[in-house]
Amino acid sequence: MIPVTPPPTETAARPPREKKSLPSFVWPLMALATILVIVGLIEPAFFSIRIVEGRLYGSLVDIVYRGTPIMLIALGMAVVIGTSGIDLSVGSVVAIASAVMAHYIHEGWDPASVIAISLAAGLACGLWNGFLVAALGIQPIIATLILMVAGRGMALMINGGRIPTFRSDFFSFVSSGSIWIIPTRLFLVVGVALILWALLRRTAFGLFVEAVGANPSAARLTGIATRTVTLGAYGIAGVCAALAGLVITGDTRSSDAVNVGMWSELDAILAVVLGGASLSGGRIYLATTLLGVLIIQSLTTSILMTGLPPEYNLVVKAVVILAVLLIQAPKLRIQVANLAAAFRGRGAK
Amino acid sequence: MRERRLPIMATFVVFVLLYGLGGLTFDHFMSTRVFGNLLTDNAFVIIAGLGMTFVILSGGIDLSVGSMIGFVGIATATLVSHGVHPLVAIMLLLVLGVVLGAAMGYVIDAFEIQPFIVTLTAMFLLRGLCFVISLDSVPIKHPFVTAFSDFQIPLPGDGWVSGPALVMIAMLIVALVIAHLTRFGANVYAVGGDAASALLLGVPVRRTIVGVYALNGAFGVMAGATYAFYTSSGYPLAASGVELDAIASVVIGGTLLTGGVGLVIGTVFGGLIQGLIQTLIIFDGSLDSWWIRIVIGGLLFVFIVLQKVIMRSVTALGSPQAA
Repeated sequence: MIPVTPPPTETAARPPREKKSLPSFVWPLMALATILVIVGLIEPAFFSIRIVEGRLYGSLVDIVYRGTPIMLIALGMAVVIGTSGIDLSVGSVVAIASAVMAHYIHEGWDPASVIAISLAAGLACGLWNGFLVAALGIQPIIATLILMVAGRGMALMINGGRIPTFRSDFFSFVSSGSIWIIPTRLFLVVGVALILWALLRRTAFGLFVEAVGANPSAARLTGIATRTVTLGAYGIAGVCAALAGLVITGDTRSSDAVNVGMWSELDAILAVVLGGASLSGGRIYLATTLLGVLIIQSLTTSILMTGLPPEYNLVVKAVVILAVLLIQAPKLRIQVANLAAAFRGRGAK
Repeated sequence: MRERRLPIMATFVVFVLLYGLGGLTFDHFMSTRVFGNLLTDNAFVIIAGLGMTFVILSGGIDLSVGSMIGFVGIATATLVSHGVHPLVAIMLLLVLGVVLGAAMGYVIDAFEIQPFIVTLTAMFLLRGLCFVISLDSVPIKHPFVTAFSDFQIPLPGDGWVSGPALVMIAMLIVALVIAHLTRFGANVYAVGGDAASALLLGVPVRRTIVGVYALNGAFGVMAGATYAFYTSSGYPLAASGVELDAIASVVIGGTLLTGGVGLVIGTVFGGLIQGLIQTLIIFDGSLDSWWIRIVIGGLLFVFIVLQKVIMRSVTALGSPQAA
C-alpha cells in the first residue's frame, strides 16, 4: 500500500544480483500441485476419473466443471487488472445478463438472438464502467462499486421481482451438456481463453493494455489511446461476466437476480492475484489466472472430499489463500533471502 | 481549501432535501418516532462506517466488517448461552477485533499486499468462523440484553432514542475526538494524503496503518455488538454485504476514496441518507424494494462525480493534492 520502501539495512547482505526470475506459472502451479497431492494422500479416490453415461466423471473433472463460470469472469478481470483497474460489478453483470436472458427466452427469441442481446447487455455494463474510469477519471474500485450496488436492483427490475424459470434445450446443452465425453462449457472457456490470448498476444492491444497499466502517462505520451484501451478492457470484462451469467443460468434454468453470481467478483479477483498478477497492473497472465481459479475450486472440492465438515471450508480457504499470497509477496521473499544470506554469511566466518 | 468542504456540504443538503421531501409528501414523516427509528435501524451500519472512515482516510479499504458483525453476533450469542456475561463477551471480542485488525494492518504495510486482498481474506476467515461456531441462529437470552433492547429515552412527540442509537452517538464522539483532537488522527490524514511525504516528515507510517486497522476492528466489534443486542440473536449469515453499505456511507459522506480528505461526521449523514431512502420507499409503498439499490447507486454516482469535479478545480488552483 505504502509506496515508500525503507532503505535496505544491509546492502552487503542482499543477494548479489537479481537471479533469473522463475516463469510466472511456477508459484501458482506449485500451490495447486501441493493442494492436490495433500488431498490425494488423504483420499486416493480423488484422482480417479471414470466415464459414466458417456461423460467424464470424477473429482478433478468436477473441479474444472464447477470452476468454469469463475474462469470466464476471471479472464475478463485479468484484462481489467492489467490496466491497473478492478471490476467489482461483475457479479451484478452476471445477474443482469441472467435476467435479460430469461426475459427474452420468455419472449420466444431464438437462442442466437438471446445470446447476442445478453452479451450486448454485458458489453453495455462494461462500457459504462469503462466510461466512468476512462472519461471521468474515477477510481476503478469506486466506479464499478456504483454498478455493483445498482446492478442487482436493475436485474430484479427486469425479472419483475420474481425468479423466472424456463426450458431451453439449447442453453442446457451449452451449460450442462457434453460434446463426446467432454462438458460443453469447457470448450467455451478454452474458446474465450484462446480469443483473449490471440487478442492480447497476437495484436498490439495486449501491449497497450499492459502499457496503460504500468504507466498511464508514459503510455499516453507514446501515443497510445489510453482511454479507448481502458474502455475496451472493461468492455471485455463485461462480456466475459455476461457469458458466465449465460452458463450459470443455463444450468439452473432460472434467473435468481438476488443470488446469482454473488461474491463472484471476489473469487475472480482472488484468482487473478493468486495467478501472480499485481493489482497495481501492467501484467496480464491468462493461463495462471485459470490456475488461480483451479486453486480456489480445488480447495472447495477437496475440503468436501477429505470429509472435513463443510463449515470449515471458508476458514481453510482463507488460511491457504493468505499463505499463497505471502509466499508470492516479493517483500517477504526479499526478507527471507536477506535472512538466508545473513545466516550463510555468519556460517562462513 | 474551502472547496474540500463542498462534498460534505452537498451531503448535508441532500439529507435535508430528502428529509423535507418526506415531510412534505407523507403525514407523520417529520415525527420524532420516525427519526428515532432512523437512528436505531442504521446505528450498526453507521458505527461500522465510522471505523471505515479512518481506513479510507488512510488510503485503504476494509471488506471484512460485514463478516466481523456476523462473527461478533454469533460469538456473543454462543458465549452468553454458556453463561458468560454479555459485557464480558464484548470485552473479549474487542481484544480479538483489535488484534485481528492490527494483524491486517501489519500484513498490509509490511508485505505491501493490497488492503483489498488482505481484508478480503479476513472476510472469508471471519465468515468461515461464523459457520464453525454455529450453523443455526442462536438467541441471546440475558437480562442485560433485554434491558438494552427495551431501553429508551423518550423524546417530545411519541418518539424515543434507543440503546443502539445511544451507542452510535457515543462511538461518534469517540471517532470525532480521535480524528480531530489527537496526533494519531492527524497522522491518519497525513498518511492518506501522501504516505511518502508523511514518512519524510517523521510520521510513523507503519504504526499509523496498524493503528487504523486496529481501531477499525474495535468499531467493527462495537457494530456487531449493537446489531446482536438489537436483534437479540446471532446468525452466521447476518450482515453479509454490510461492508458495502459502510463504504457507501463513507463515500456519500464526502470522504475521498483516494484518502486524506474527509470528515467523520459526513459518514453519519451518509449512513442516514441511505436509511432515509429506504424509509421513503417503504413509506411510499408503491415502489418496489429494488429501487432502494438503484437510487443508492445513482446517488453514489452523483457524489463521486461531484468529488471529481471539485478535486479537479482544486488541482487547477495549484494544489498538487489530487492524484
